Amino acid sequence: MKKFNVLDHEMVPEHVIISKKEVEALLTEYSITKEQLPKIKSVDPICKEIDAKSGDVVKIIRDSLTAGKSIAYRLVVD
Amino acid sequence: MRLAKKDTVKALERRGIDAKTAETLCNAGFTMGKLKKASIEDVMKAGISKTSAGKVMEKLSKIDTKVTKTTKKVKKEERGAVTPLLIDSKLKGLPLPLSIIDELRTYLNKVKPTEAQLERILQMSVDAYERARIEPCEAVGIVAAQSIGEPGTQMTMRTFHYAGVAEINVTLGLPRLIEIADARKVPSTPIMRIKLEPEYARDREKARALGWKIEETNIIDVGSIAVDMAKMQVVIELNEKILSRRNITAEEIAKKVGAETNLDVQLEGLKLTVNPGRHSYRGLLQLVEDVKGITLKGVKGIHRIIIRKENGEYVLYTEGSALKRVLQFEGVNASRTKTNNINEIAEVLGIEAARNAIISEAMDTLREQGLEVDIRHIMLVADMVTAEGEVKQIGRHGVAGEKASVLSRAAFEVTVNHLLDAGVKGHVDELAGVTENVIVGQPIQLGTGDVELMYKAKE
Repeated sequence: MKKFNVLDHEMVPEHVIISKKEVEALLTEYSITKEQLPKIKSVDPICKEIDAKSGDVVKIIRDSLTAGKSIAYRLVVD
Repeated sequence: MRLAKKDTVKALERRGIDAKTAETLCNAGFTMGKLKKASIEDVMKAGISKTSAGKVMEKLSKIDTKVTKTTKKVKKEERGAVTPLLIDSKLKGLPLPLSIIDELRTYLNKVKPTEAQLERILQMSVDAYERARIEPCEAVGIVAAQSIGEPGTQMTMRTFHYAGVAEINVTLGLPRLIEIADARKVPSTPIMRIKLEPEYARDREKARALGWKIEETNIIDVGSIAVDMAKMQVVIELNEKILSRRNITAEEIAKKVGAETNLDVQLEGLKLTVNPGRHSYRGLLQLVEDVKGITLKGVKGIHRIIIRKENGEYVLYTEGSALKRVLQFEGVNASRTKTNNINEIAEVLGIEAARNAIISEAMDTLREQGLEVDIRHIMLVADMVTAEGEVKQIGRHGVAGEKASVLSRAAFEVTVNHLLDAGVKGHVDELAGVTENVIVGQPIQLGTGDVELMYKAKE
């Protein structure tokens, strides 16, 4: 039995927790509230791996088939 | 026709061919295009002497070379105007997606434009991109639904199909698409595609051995099971060949069966006897079922493994899916191993991986049927379905059922329940969506209808 890090899987894009300042900038850019962001559960295997807590905003750098790279955000919820 | 002839004659005269020759050529049916491609022999057939035919050809080709020479000169002037470094720095600040920037970079480095041309190209690219983008207030959801729905009507209902994978049944076509949209907990034909580490992927024997390790082995697979009514016991006859192939010994089986049933198991050669100690016929039959259900070896749920060679490496296909456990096996290339069970992916690899899985599964299902749906529609569906952090279905227990508007929900399915519920609880419909406004006969909030005019009165 070997240990496998889920972040290494080819279907898992890069997840980064962004700082409070970046969250502010993001929310003002789109003039939205935090709750309007798509969600990710705090029990999500990726959240456990990068240690994201409820209330954090995760930046996801996806490999997009149309745009090359695309950036998405998810709010961590319980 | 006559006009065309006159034009050709004029064009030929301009090139220094005398009027008489030009007219004979035109009468023979030559046009400028045809003449350029024609050989001297072709021209001579029109009734012109060899010398004048040669002159015609010479004059035509001369003009052509002159033209190409001038274009070459222009190109030379352009060359060396901008460096790849400048192109890079200009591209960096553009509001374009990465794939378009990459494409622009390769082309620009090939073409080598002047700085003014570069500016123009970039400006035009940005303009073209802005034009191609979806406009605000566009009904993207409806467009996606129609774009998936129409090709969906052409899908065959045929459920089972051997999709190149030897002997493994795969649900494809419409049933599979419905399965993806309904976010079924377990698909009707779960399948895993296990990629292997290089040393296993090249060696068939090693791949096979790993396959036996992963495949679930039950008593039924290694021998026969019978009930001895006279002695009131269960007798298992093991097959030696299969035992060695599956790399399991009779002792191991005896131990495992003993541990699982908590009963006394005796082993004589290849004969296994389980003595239940209780003397009821029904109890004995139940014991047989229990013994059959014991997993002797491998991963529970992986019923069959098939080895295929793909692009020079051996790949294991499984009937049944257990991603989490399979990823832990030595020799499995965990980062490239996949399953078609989307919920399992969400559980093991997270919601973003599930989103990717939905996109690729839906696209593959459509493509297999020869239908090309733009990936953006599927991406929108995948985004909607995974927006809450878990894979929801599209139907009334998922995306459609969680809409804020009572009327919108009632318009979809189980109308009475929604209306009754809303009436009892005193829900208010804000009439903010499309469906509600269609029902009450107001302008819908789409396109120009979504724009509101406001007047700020002067104080």
